[in-house]
Amino acid sequence: MPMSAPVIGAGKLVPAVHNHPVEYRRVYVWELPVRAYHWINAIALVALCVTGYLIGAPIRAFYAAEAYQQYWFGWVRFIHFFCAYVYVFNFLARLYWGFVGNKYSRWNAFFPLQKAQRQEIVDVIKADVLETKLHGPISTGHNALAGFIYFFTFLAFVAQTVTGFALYSSMSNSWMPRLFNWIVPLMGGEMGVRYWHHVFLWFFVTFIIVHVYLAFYHDYIEGRGTISSIVGGWKFEREKSDD
Amino acid sequence: MGQSIWQSMEQKGYSRRDFLQFCAAAATVAGFGQTGVAQVVSAFEKKEKPAVVWMHFQECTCCSESFIRASHPIVADALLDVLSLNYTETLMAASGFQAEKSLNDTIRDHKGKYIVLVEGAVPTKDDGVYCMIGGKTAESILQTVAKDAAAVVAWGSCASNGCVQAAKPNPTGATPIHKLIDKPVINVPGCPPIADVMMAVVTHVLVLGQIPALDSLGRPKEFYGRRVHDTCYRRPNYDAGLFVESFDDENARKGYCLYKMGCRGPVTYNACSVVKWNEGTSYPIQSGHGCIGCSEEGFWDNGPFYQHLASFPGFGIESTADTVGTVVGVATLAGVAAHAVVTNIRKHKVIAEVHAEEHHDAENKES
Repeated sequence: MPMSAPVIGAGKLVPAVHNHPVEYRRVYVWELPVRAYHWINAIALVALCVTGYLIGAPIRAFYAAEAYQQYWFGWVRFIHFFCAYVYVFNFLARLYWGFVGNKYSRWNAFFPLQKAQRQEIVDVIKADVLETKLHGPISTGHNALAGFIYFFTFLAFVAQTVTGFALYSSMSNSWMPRLFNWIVPLMGGEMGVRYWHHVFLWFFVTFIIVHVYLAFYHDYIEGRGTISSIVGGWKFEREKSDD
Repeated sequence: MGQSIWQSMEQKGYSRRDFLQFCAAAATVAGFGQTGVAQVVSAFEKKEKPAVVWMHFQECTCCSESFIRASHPIVADALLDVLSLNYTETLMAASGFQAEKSLNDTIRDHKGKYIVLVEGAVPTKDDGVYCMIGGKTAESILQTVAKDAAAVVAWGSCASNGCVQAAKPNPTGATPIHKLIDKPVINVPGCPPIADVMMAVVTHVLVLGQIPALDSLGRPKEFYGRRVHDTCYRRPNYDAGLFVESFDDENARKGYCLYKMGCRGPVTYNACSVVKWNEGTSYPIQSGHGCIGCSEEGFWDNGPFYQHLASFPGFGIESTADTVGTVVGVATLAGVAAHAVVTNIRKHKVIAEVHAEEHHDAENKES
């Protein structure tokens, strides 16, 4: 069997088991801004969930007879507010990148506007839930189902931003939270806003669990570097066998 | 009628000094301070004694009870004395047709000048039959009275946001008055509102003849601009993370923050922690009980009062969004774990399938 010399950056021969080589092409999928967005978002979101839960159900300080000796709950809240700002501006940057980035990060990856995307959603649901084999090649970027679910997380981002800043507006004179204080009467007072802010917290907790698991699961069933792609940016695409 | 406050006081034998003292007190109560005294004196000297009608609809009269307990009795007495309180079911001596006549006369004789104080919500369901006075529905009375009024003040949570009779399921269709009339309404929510706040709002309207600066919910900014939480003397304990966890624990004795006991201070706009109640004696948090948020819309539906979060509908009274969320989160974890187990059981089959496919691809390529 003739082995062609590997070409850097383009085609590469990967020896498969049984000595039958299958060609994979290396594709730069996630550009640096996309990866940076992902990890900044991940850290901020986890911090927001943890501190957010603590704000709702604080752990009592362990010592200190007098309040002046510490600022424990103040710090929890400070981290929450700090991460909220990071998270919002990070998200805005990602929205911008959805219009200028490569095709994998484009806005239309998040909406199943084409028939092929809708078909892929069905295929991926079958593969994920019924554990059937994937038919044909799956998208190299976000698969259509993942993209569509991310769209819903974006909606939840917006909901959380709006309710969060609305709650924060009563403690701040900054222009940004004050943009959202009209939400409060709309939701029947701050108790209502607080309630929805908690509901969305649990949406994110559930999302994180499913997202992390499915990333590992797809790394396994697709076998082309799903996990490492969000660190290095590269994924592998099987060359079409008929060319 | 037609007299100014000064003329009326002079007739009753008050000295000029008494009058000036009263003006200074009124200026202080209304929040004008020293610089506003001259304005008050001028207003009370020249302005005609304002006619006031105090309407009672769906309510418990706790606003009236609060009002007569104002901690500046001189102002309270004088105001009640100098006001021309022409109609109020609770206090007036007249009854029946005489009372009705008094109301009608006021509306006719003081057109565009009288002040309407409304206590209570107005039922709108079933043509308003749930609250009728003198054979007329509360809503029709309100419309008649409010039409030519100079100012309309909504006393308490009932008139401002519906309070208890507007709580779910609101069987009588109780509606706050600002939703029924197209005039600006000064909302003074609270169950009841603080006496001194009520007094100050009335003084403001009387002295300046205009409504005080209001926020987006129609509440006077000077009293409802800040949260109970931000002015609470227990706030440092909140920031330090020192919380009461049970009403009979050591932390309660030390006066730590009542946040975990469901205190609504962080979501309630009122002046309780500044003005306080009963001549500045205390307010709920100072007495060891959390705020129940009685001046906030829908506070009856955001219970239980001793829980930080409102209960989650459909899952029992004690379950919050957090308890439901925890169950959902744990269920998701379990589902994901089960999925992982199934995947690993099928592992050998999957690997065999992939290899078979690659084998096939590679052979296609070679041929």
